[in-house]
Amino acid sequence: MRTPNAPVAIDARELTRRFGTFTAVNAITFSVQRGEVFGFLGANGAGKTTAMRMLIGLLAPTSGSATVAGLDVERDSEGVRRRIGYMSQRFSLYDDLTVQENIRLFGGLYGLDDHTIRERGDALIERIGLHHARRNLVRRLPLGWRQQLAFSVALLHEPQVLFLDEPTGGVDPITRRQFWELIYDTANTGTTVLVTTHYLDEAEYCDRLTIMVDGAIAAAGSPGAVKSEFGASSLDEVFLRLTRPQVTA
Amino acid sequence: MGRRWAALRGLVVKESRHVLRDRQTLVILLLMPLVQVLLYGYAIRTDVSGIRTVIVDPTPDIATRSLLARFEASDRYDVREVVPTDFAIERGFASGALRQAIVLPTDVERRLGRGEPISVLIVTDGSDPNAGSAMRSYAEAILRRWYSEASTNTLGGARGIRVESRMRYNPTLESANLFVPGLIALVVTIVSAMMTAIAITRETEMGTMEMLLVSPLRPSAIVLGKVLPYAALGLLNVFIVLSAAAAVFHVPVRGSLALLLAECLLYVFTTLAIGIVISTAARTQRTAMLMALGGLLLPTIMLSGFIFPIASMPTPLRVFSNIVPARWFLVIVRGIMLKGAGLGTLWQETLVLLGLTTALLAVGIRRLSVRLD
Amino acid sequence: MRIIRLLVWKEFLQVFRDPATAFQILVIPIFQLLILSNAATFDVPRAAMLVVDEDHSSVSAQLIQRLDGSERFRVVDVRPNETGVEAALLDRDARVILRIPHDFERDLVRTGSAPVLLSLDAEDGASAGILQAAATAIMVDVSRDLAAAHPGSSREMQGTVRAGPPLDVRSSNWFNPSANYKHFMVPGLLVSLTTIIGLLVTSQNIVREKELGTLEQLNVSPISRGQFLVGKLLPFWLLAMTTFTIGMTVGVFVFGIPTVGSVPLVFLSAGVYLIVALGIGLLISTIARTQQQVMFVAFFLLLLYLLLSGIFTPLESAPRWAQWIAQASPVKHFVFIMRTVLVRGGGLADIGPTLLGLAVAGVGVMLLAVRQHSRRAD
Repeated sequence: MRTPNAPVAIDARELTRRFGTFTAVNAITFSVQRGEVFGFLGANGAGKTTAMRMLIGLLAPTSGSATVAGLDVERDSEGVRRRIGYMSQRFSLYDDLTVQENIRLFGGLYGLDDHTIRERGDALIERIGLHHARRNLVRRLPLGWRQQLAFSVALLHEPQVLFLDEPTGGVDPITRRQFWELIYDTANTGTTVLVTTHYLDEAEYCDRLTIMVDGAIAAAGSPGAVKSEFGASSLDEVFLRLTRPQVTA
Repeated sequence: MGRRWAALRGLVVKESRHVLRDRQTLVILLLMPLVQVLLYGYAIRTDVSGIRTVIVDPTPDIATRSLLARFEASDRYDVREVVPTDFAIERGFASGALRQAIVLPTDVERRLGRGEPISVLIVTDGSDPNAGSAMRSYAEAILRRWYSEASTNTLGGARGIRVESRMRYNPTLESANLFVPGLIALVVTIVSAMMTAIAITRETEMGTMEMLLVSPLRPSAIVLGKVLPYAALGLLNVFIVLSAAAAVFHVPVRGSLALLLAECLLYVFTTLAIGIVISTAARTQRTAMLMALGGLLLPTIMLSGFIFPIASMPTPLRVFSNIVPARWFLVIVRGIMLKGAGLGTLWQETLVLLGLTTALLAVGIRRLSVRLD
Repeated sequence: MRIIRLLVWKEFLQVFRDPATAFQILVIPIFQLLILSNAATFDVPRAAMLVVDEDHSSVSAQLIQRLDGSERFRVVDVRPNETGVEAALLDRDARVILRIPHDFERDLVRTGSAPVLLSLDAEDGASAGILQAAATAIMVDVSRDLAAAHPGSSREMQGTVRAGPPLDVRSSNWFNPSANYKHFMVPGLLVSLTTIIGLLVTSQNIVREKELGTLEQLNVSPISRGQFLVGKLLPFWLLAMTTFTIGMTVGVFVFGIPTVGSVPLVFLSAGVYLIVALGIGLLISTIARTQQQVMFVAFFLLLLYLLLSGIFTPLESAPRWAQWIAQASPVKHFVFIMRTVLVRGGGLADIGPTLLGLAVAGVGVMLLAVRQHSRRAD
């Protein structure tokens, strides 16, 4: 899936964010190729979400720069927003609207015409098996379905880059597996996926990943490369060593 | 039992922390009542003053001169002009430059001397009938006093019945004395009812109420734990308003301060109970807010006797006002502060308030328990 | 345009799907208008008067009769001495106590002058002032009539007789000849209710989306801040205009409020005014972090706006600095427009500057809200 010559989908240079004296993200530099599934692994408060929020234009970087889908996030935030999809860790669809109404709303906000919205919307809810419930209020759906719906809505306008912020938080293992199948399907169509997670098993599914500790990138590469770099048999072990260095000493 | 108490204390501590942590809200909560007392204590007056008046006097003479002097001496009146005809006054009224005109006949002094009738027309801007009727009374009183003196001056020294008035409880007729007790009721009503309603609805909306429910506490204890910090806040607001009233407006507390505080505490619980009832009817914070503010603000201002006297209302509304707790609280607070009344006079009102509070609390806790179970 | 239409559609769906909210916006205000309009009168309908008649003379009896027959007083009790009188005033059994002392008739006939003592419950100073003026006026008339009925009395008393017929005071109320306070209050209350509901709903709206997390999803979409805020303003503007229209209909057909001036002009002004009121709500909503904060700010502003609007109490009596503060209350200006056009029949020439001021304020508030609503945290 990883093609070395593919254009760069995300390119971050020395991206930094400080809140007062606290540095949440410390000069991170990385790039993501088109069509890659790229993981941000880290504990709570390691800076994953902050980094993502800077990339999608919800937070201004203190210093450094980044491009997403070839556009500068500072200078052309409007263009960036058109080319990206985003699913936040909090469920962020309207739970007092129905499945269909949410699709119609967000499709329309991204400038799709009614015909396209209906066509793509139908396909998306068909895929996650929600067709029978399309007239139900989102509030009444089980959590796992709501997450998949949010994921589908983020894909409606066929974004070039998809940002997923802890998409599987709180759902059961079966739904999580289904979710990753959706992510792979999406990546196979050429969409770049940046996903944050604190589940170590999920990190194994990524093409490449970075492990963030205290706002900085502590390790980067494909899961295999990262493991061999640390001479570890699992990402679990890598993670433990990075967060508690005295264990190895 | 001991564990229950510990749990209850924990809940109170948690809720207090929640209130104290949000500095911004806390500042608003404590500063707001103060600003309101200062502002409204000065700005709200139901008496009318600065009445822009023109006197139409076709033939100025000694008698009309003395009448003019009386109007000018009154601090209610702002005599703009003395004109010979009523030709231009209509324009003055339409543009709002004039609020009253006194139209005198010709030859007032001569008529007085001959004992001929004098007929005066008072034209009043009636677009605010309340102010209009006050302005009419003021003008009429000045005219009659002037006339009785002017006519007897011409003919001898008799003055008929002399009226000596005493304005009891509020000798200087200060509006602040009337409104400050009302403000206490208004601030406490809205703040406590609103805070309670929002605090409980917030927990149910956010789903955190379920976590409390698995604790060993009974629903009534949970409610108690949640509202106690707000009771303290409500009482703190009473202190602030009272101190400001005493320091700035010299509003007296003629009765027992202890009784006043006890009644305030009772009323704080009344409003907390209202808040609980609202929270049982509202599913979202939005509905709770609309009910508490949209539903309580105007009725508390208008049906409590805060501004408009209840005695003036039509009978159905007078009856209806009986279920407005603020109405009873106002009688109590004004009674204690202005009249120095004690429980001997106010026991009925206190009993009614106590009854309303008990009823509201019973309904609120019952409905909440049903919903939470 | 399509985006704004979508946003409006979405807000409407959300409001009408929650029956409690729709009810609060459209029904409760009208309900309150119907009830509260009857409450707003200062008219002191015949204050209860207690008379202590120590004189027991024919003159004192006549005086009592005259007072009881007047439109301001009703005599609830006549007692021979002052025992228990104080308690009656304290218990609100009486608002006024009149004491007619011993030898009242004798002094009046002999010297032409005698005192009475009037004690008023002045808790409400304004109405006490009116009652005092009314009592004085009645006394003056009574002494004149008494003198006329006692031609055989002293020279001084006859002097009063010769003063001729009583002063004839006629009153005329312009603009509201029947002095119907509802004509005055209904427009004011309607404005208050529309403002309360409109400001509450808008001020709470964006904060709610912040708390629920849905705002973030809108923020990463390519809609502009202007589109977003217009999409938030328009639905509630339409709802508030609906409430206003229902209220006006009720006002005209139930309370018979006059429509001397142009009704379309009133609606045009209402449209402009609501942009200001709802814009202020949106501005609060963009600044606040929690719905709790919104409640307090909204409460404070509403109370300020309403109590300084001149709806409930005459603004002219307030000190000058308070009148200056009142200038910042859009409610005051719109109430002025309503009363000028509806009751006085004023036209565009009379309200032009005020309307223009509101329009400028509306644009200003909306621009501020757009500026304040940064989708990106700095």
